[in-house]
Amino acid sequence: MRKLLNTLYITAPDSYLARDGENVVVRKEDQIAFRIPIHNLESIIMFGYAGASPSFMHLCMERGVSVSFLQENGKYLGSVVGNVKGNVLLRRRQYRMADGPEAVTLASRFVFAKIANSRTVLRRALRDHEESIMSENVVRSSDFLKRYMRRVLASATLDDVRGVEGDAARRYFSSFNELILTDKEHFCMRGRNRRPPLDRVNAMLSFLYALLRTDVQSALETVGLDPAVGFLHRDRPGRQSLALDLMEELRGYMVDRLVLSLINRKQINPKDFLFKENGAVLLKPDLKKELIASWQKRKHEEIRHPFLKEKIALGLLPYAQALLLARYIRGDLDDYPPFLWK
Amino acid sequence: MTMTENRHFAEDDLLLISGIQHYAFCPRQWGLIHIEQQWAENVLTFEGRQMHRRADDPYFSETRGDVLVSRAMPLVSYRLGLYGVADVVEFHAVIDPDEKNKVKLKGRRGWWIPYPVEYKRGNRKPDDCDEVQLCAQAMALEEMLNVRVEEGALFYGERERRVPVRFDSVLRERVHRLAEDMHRHFAGGRTAEAVYEPKCTRCSLEALCQPKSNSRSASRYLQNYLSDLSASSD
Repeated sequence: MRKLLNTLYITAPDSYLARDGENVVVRKEDQIAFRIPIHNLESIIMFGYAGASPSFMHLCMERGVSVSFLQENGKYLGSVVGNVKGNVLLRRRQYRMADGPEAVTLASRFVFAKIANSRTVLRRALRDHEESIMSENVVRSSDFLKRYMRRVLASATLDDVRGVEGDAARRYFSSFNELILTDKEHFCMRGRNRRPPLDRVNAMLSFLYALLRTDVQSALETVGLDPAVGFLHRDRPGRQSLALDLMEELRGYMVDRLVLSLINRKQINPKDFLFKENGAVLLKPDLKKELIASWQKRKHEEIRHPFLKEKIALGLLPYAQALLLARYIRGDLDDYPPFLWK
Repeated sequence: MTMTENRHFAEDDLLLISGIQHYAFCPRQWGLIHIEQQWAENVLTFEGRQMHRRADDPYFSETRGDVLVSRAMPLVSYRLGLYGVADVVEFHAVIDPDEKNKVKLKGRRGWWIPYPVEYKRGNRKPDDCDEVQLCAQAMALEEMLNVRVEEGALFYGERERRVPVRFDSVLRERVHRLAEDMHRHFAGGRTAEAVYEPKCTRCSLEALCQPKSNSRSASRYLQNYLSDLSASSD
């Protein structure tokens, strides 16, 4: 598997990015704050309004480094990615499959893996914290999820798949609170809510899902698939449906676990959140930095890929799955092997 | 003589001449680059690009004694259906009026013998992909200049060594066959299947190609997960 390069995150809104030869230079108040050779980077993600020179973007496009623009709350605005990569024939096959019977197959694989990996989050917590978890509720949810996994593979229509997915997600998040072992007063979740997040846990989840999403989207673009045409998620103008599809199997493993361990290791200060008058919860800048740093650190951990059977950096999972998806769509593989964490 | 020698490709159907070295090395590598449009930059290709940068200036030609050096020369062969750019084509001045394979050049006095030179990073390879690429360039030059090109050279960066290559009938026949195969593959629109071989470790696209996982079954992988699920009591 290829090497995981770095992602450069720009969180200070008064930054300006420029090119100096083969280097990306980050300026702040006319001073050079940071400088990095382009060949060490795989993507650049800018939060809030940061400036960038055209010649810097030229360099990034030439080297296939994507530059993504996010709003300060993590909402995705768009990317500069240069020429559309990949093969038009592959994308055509993707579109045909999206309209054909393979859509149900693929959607059920994504959801199957999503439920399986959510269930593993629950099982791992039970195993590691047996004495401190109110296990009855969690065990019951785990059993339900097991049933949903079988049900989703037997689904005949996309609506069936989506129905199971919704039920499974509700069941999973209803047990999520049990996995929070410390400071339950501040870190308490009442189901999943996102527009806007109404508690600290949801606010952190949303922010990290946004980071995962940019990674999944650029992975899909890298292998030549169209992130906008999905199987599970319906087409909708402005929605990157395939990115959302592929995220499903990675959410639990890459994000939920991280949020849980940050809370349980007391790395999160409950004061780093801003509560709006209407109940919406925002992250303060320092907390965003902390989350980005932890996310980056986790991405460099090595794991053994269950299908490829080789060691890869965890941060390459979106790329590995996008590659396998492209190979299934091309007809090289007999099925799509989603990421299944045991 | 093969069928291909009488065939003329349309401009729209031309393929990149540099692809013939990829195809000779591995049809799947060629498919990943030219059909799937995937390209993985690694240290090797980066070095190769740096080396080429020097040889790549088309607005610069020089004369060294009785050798005219032309860089970045656009090439096309409608018989092979290939187009691209030659790193360097040298033109060697000839005095002997009996020399057969000589041409007149626009804006130059006298007679010249074209001599393609391709720059390669590293060292000579165990296969013939460099020779094949050079020969394809020579065949394009022949078509464009209406002259026979008998010899060219490969320049290997690592040892700064020049290796002459004779364009004999065996090599030419191989170029014809490879070009024909490339066109057949391209028309089919399908990238060749991966076969794991020792040479895969020399390939910059190995991570993308995943030649070892080709034999793996994804449906078996899913079945195994399900049977483990049934076996577990939790």
